[in-house]
Amino acid sequence: MLKDVTFGQYFPGRSLLHRLDPRIKILSVILLIVWIFMAEHILSYALLLLTCISLILVAKLPLKTVFRSIRGIFIILLITALINLFLTKGEGKPLVDWGVFSIYEEGIWRAIKMFLRITILLIMTSVVLTYTTSPIDLTDGIERLLSPLSYLHVPVHDFAMMMSIALRFIPTLIEETDKIMSAQKARGADFSSGGIVKRIKALLPVLIPLFISAFRRAEELATAMECRCYRGGKGRTRMKVLHMGVHDILFSVWMLALGAGVLLINHFAYGLVGF
Amino acid sequence: MSNTPFIQIENLNFSYEDESRRMAVLKNLNLTIEKGSFVAILGHNGSGKSTLAKLLNLMLLPDSGRILIDGVDITDENLSEDALYEIRRRIGMVFQNPDNQLVATVVEEDIAFGPENLGVEPKEIRRRVDEAMELLGISEYAKHSPAKLSGGQKQRVAIAGVIAMLPECVVFDEATAMLDPKGREEVMNAITMLNREKGITVIHITHNMEEAVLADRVIVIHDGEIVKDGTPRSVFSDVEGLVSRELDVPQVTQLFHLLKTRGISVTTDVLTEEEAVKAFVDLYPEKNHGK
Repeated sequence: MLKDVTFGQYFPGRSLLHRLDPRIKILSVILLIVWIFMAEHILSYALLLLTCISLILVAKLPLKTVFRSIRGIFIILLITALINLFLTKGEGKPLVDWGVFSIYEEGIWRAIKMFLRITILLIMTSVVLTYTTSPIDLTDGIERLLSPLSYLHVPVHDFAMMMSIALRFIPTLIEETDKIMSAQKARGADFSSGGIVKRIKALLPVLIPLFISAFRRAEELATAMECRCYRGGKGRTRMKVLHMGVHDILFSVWMLALGAGVLLINHFAYGLVGF
Repeated sequence: MSNTPFIQIENLNFSYEDESRRMAVLKNLNLTIEKGSFVAILGHNGSGKSTLAKLLNLMLLPDSGRILIDGVDITDENLSEDALYEIRRRIGMVFQNPDNQLVATVVEEDIAFGPENLGVEPKEIRRRVDEAMELLGISEYAKHSPAKLSGGQKQRVAIAGVIAMLPECVVFDEATAMLDPKGREEVMNAITMLNREKGITVIHITHNMEEAVLADRVIVIHDGEIVKDGTPRSVFSDVEGLVSRELDVPQVTQLFHLLKTRGISVTTDVLTEEEAVKAFVDLYPEKNHGK
């Protein structure tokens, strides 16, 4: 049952986006977030939406998967849009006036803007990062991006190592939880009836052995790592060398151009619909 | 097999301490292991065999006595940190639970872990990883997640991870104990191959007597002392001695021992099924003749 849970939602593939340097991807996502929040004009949103669609096409991801990433937060998205719609006070006459709730023209635009912002943001981050970057590449990228911080005695390597070990042990611990649950069920434990409090209480006999075993695993793993000469980041090399290729540079140029586009539109396009 | 000593243990003592008492685990142990040999260490739980393994690469420090690895005294207090890691590189360890010794989410990344820690050049790591995977027959799983492999496959990944560090000796600390018969066979084949073809000194700690038969030399540890040391044939011929120390002998050896105690004249130094079949064939004409 628990085995079907996939973690990280990584979609293995060989597309351009899959092969990009993880550092470029992380930086691009940060840039994209900035561009999205700077975008004021409807043209900018058209531009961003276009980028979004091309990214999905480049990544060769099934559309269904992409939309799944918004489905989870669709309710939140809707509530955000509605709040903006009803509570934004505009200067002109309200289009609809129901006492407490009134809709102004500004409110409509604001609601659309918020809706688009969050949707684009989510799709872009999941397409560029979660769907196309394996967890190990992601940790690698974060470690290398933050490596300058190690001069300030921030234990960057250790955090990255902890993260990758955590990722490594997720399937193992899920499998173990499954086993313990079956063992407890065989002795008459009931996990699927009763109220929420009863169910949480029923999980205790699963969590305690799981914790104990996790600690034992941690100790054994530490011994095994020491036996394999692990001594932190000091003097450590990596088999996989990250190097920037032409496609990394092209992708960065694309992201920067997009930002330039958003800024130019903000500046010059008054006449058309501005939010 | 050359006769140069690789590991020399002299008057080794080790004890665990808890609040109330001191438990001697190893008592005045003396042992020499030759380069390129295949040694099986037997002993029931708590006999001190795993402790011995952990002393060999300085995961534990002895109370007294010396351990020389290739002539270098590793129990010397002035041993530098680099020398310590060099010892850990030369003496690799494979443990019981394959899940608890794999670090990375991808097989080849895990095998690269050891050489990465040693600061080996990326290209050389790649070469060693490919070679180790080839040697252990796991190349096809290079990009897989270890979570999806069987126990025997995981354990071979763990062995490849040790081999990529180019060790001279590998200690298998009950490395087959958690595996099913198929996984056990895969791992035992890998171990014998490493010893016979690559000349790696193997120390195999086990409960399984059939596995011990594959070794050149069997050492039995009981309560922190070496009680038997010799070829599998000579060690297993003393069935009573082993049973009194809570150890088994290979099934066929036990069968022949029982036959002997029932008054049937058979040899008792039978170790494998083939030998047993041969012994029976030899037995029949003689018996018919007697009647």
